[in-house]
Amino acid sequence: MTPSALPHRAGVGFKPMHFADILADAAPIGFVEVHAENYMGAGGPPHAQLAALRERYALSLHGVGLSIGSMRPLDGAHLRRLKELCARYAPESFSEHLAWSSHGEVYYNDLLPLPYTEETLARVVEHVDAVQAALGREMLLENPAAYVGFAESTIPETEFLRAVAARTGCGLLLDVNNVFVAARNHAADPVAYLAAFPLERVKEIHLGGHDETVDETGAPLLIDAHGAPVADPVWTLYGHVLARAGARPTLIEWDNDVPPWPVLRAEAERADRMLTSERRSPDERSDTRGADPHLAALERATSPVAA
Amino acid sequence: MTAKTLTAATLAGSLATALALVAAPAAAQDASKEKCYGVALKGQNDCAAGPGTTCAGTSKVDYQGNAWKYVAKGTCTTMKTPKGNGSLSAKAS
Amino acid sequence: MFAPLQARFATALLDPGAPVPEGVVSHTGAPPVRRFAVYRNNVVVSLIEALRARFPAVERIVGPEFFAAMARLYAAAHPPASPVMMWFGEALPEFLACFPPARELPYLPDVARLEAAHTRAYHAADAAPVDPARFAALGEAAGAARVALHPSAAILRSAHPIVTIWAMNTGATPLAPIADWRGEDALVMRPALDVEVRALPPGGAAFLEGLAAGAPLAAAIEAGLHETAEFDVSRNLAGLIGAGLAVDLLIDATTGTP
Repeated sequence: MTPSALPHRAGVGFKPMHFADILADAAPIGFVEVHAENYMGAGGPPHAQLAALRERYALSLHGVGLSIGSMRPLDGAHLRRLKELCARYAPESFSEHLAWSSHGEVYYNDLLPLPYTEETLARVVEHVDAVQAALGREMLLENPAAYVGFAESTIPETEFLRAVAARTGCGLLLDVNNVFVAARNHAADPVAYLAAFPLERVKEIHLGGHDETVDETGAPLLIDAHGAPVADPVWTLYGHVLARAGARPTLIEWDNDVPPWPVLRAEAERADRMLTSERRSPDERSDTRGADPHLAALERATSPVAA
Repeated sequence: MTAKTLTAATLAGSLATALALVAAPAAAQDASKEKCYGVALKGQNDCAAGPGTTCAGTSKVDYQGNAWKYVAKGTCTTMKTPKGNGSLSAKAS
Repeated sequence: MFAPLQARFATALLDPGAPVPEGVVSHTGAPPVRRFAVYRNNVVVSLIEALRARFPAVERIVGPEFFAAMARLYAAAHPPASPVMMWFGEALPEFLACFPPARELPYLPDVARLEAAHTRAYHAADAAPVDPARFAALGEAAGAARVALHPSAAILRSAHPIVTIWAMNTGATPLAPIADWRGEDALVMRPALDVEVRALPPGGAAFLEGLAAGAPLAAAIEAGLHETAEFDVSRNLAGLIGAGLAVDLLIDATTGTP
């Protein structure tokens, strides 16, 4: 099984509007990530661009439509399309979401939540096994940004992901923005979530912007909109993750109201600077959790007063 | 010319005329590639940022199905058809 | 058991009148109406946006409010069946043809057909046009040659000036009343990386349809001549070769090789 092997640097989610800028940039970014489903046509400009990027950069293929969290069987045709795409571009990494997006004959084009139970765990494990067997490679599973919970849930999300990784051998994609968004949405503590997260399984990190609103009770409702810079508390949380886990490949996601290249590039540079200062092996690090300066800042940012 | 007069000789003649009219497409192809690489490509569904992070801006609660009207604000009133200006029907049925 | 709840969750996404499915909760204890609405909104708005991206000329013709309202109805009636969103909207032309509020725009379904073909051409397989010298070398065997058309090529016939309308509504030409309202047959293709849309000359659609069906060159020309006496053999051959529309020439063994 081919392991996921992105460089421990900052990459960006590729947008066609940045194509010329990326190729012209003197200092190459760490890697590019694309949504697999946008490259499932036979040819044309999408493939011409991806092939040109592939020549220069490490590539992360990020699926958004496999519906791994569905109780129904996986879409075999879609799995074959992913297999073809992996064969065509030999990406350094393939990742998907702990979510569902299809039901019956309908694809809903959104990442929908699932309860965490022994039943759903067994199904997700079965699906991750099937994906890894079909692709012949390790896949990374991403933690979701959920807006609702389920009465039937019995397993904490961190334990659910830990169990999927342990049973399937898959890696994890830690979306730090999702951690923050979901924690606020469920009145939970993002630092406690990260303390319970199997960081040793993390082979990629996502950072992105979110929107903030409230629900009908006035409780915070954060939305994973990818249309803004990474928020300060998410940077703080990211620093906390790096302090505990060491450098990991880190992606800046910016999918809506996409800014000019220099703005996106600056976000990636910020992540790269933090990675450089943390780029050391776990053995060399002492346990810094007790005196993590990131934590104090995060507590200020996420205190009820700030909310 | 009719179908009956399409002999091999006339076809060959037409082909020769056609080839004289044609500029080699290879050069055009290179220019096209250049252009494509140099400019942002619009649309083509690549806007689909992926589920959960739609193009729309997810904070907009805009799903309600009953708060709209058939308002002709497009170009259809400018491009007059022979039968009239082709405005959109105000009647929804 | 999540399966029944998953089914109810899915159904409620496309039904704004449906309540939040039982078992979907919030830490506040209140029914998570706004929270569930985020999902519903993501689904519906993203589907509308996908159609907007694929059918920009249709949107310009009817205006954004009409388009969004129409797209919402289309998405509920024909939700995507596949995660490959580039193909979403294949049935929009037929939907528009049967959509009463748009009945005064009889050309609208054909404009949508052209835009749907545009996306298919954009994503079609790549292929290199044949060197014109190969046509030159055919000589008297030309009539028996079969021409493989580019995989991106689509021929659309219309009783309306769809190429003119499309060009006006994509900014290629200025918007103006169309004095000479007559049908146009369109050729949509992508010989390299740019999709090209052109109005075919008289009989051109019959000629290209013949080639696409595998007819020898002479038979395809006869189909063009049969359709209209205005069919210009040289002009259509020049169009075929000059556009890069031919990607292979096949000569039957029985007729010899060029």
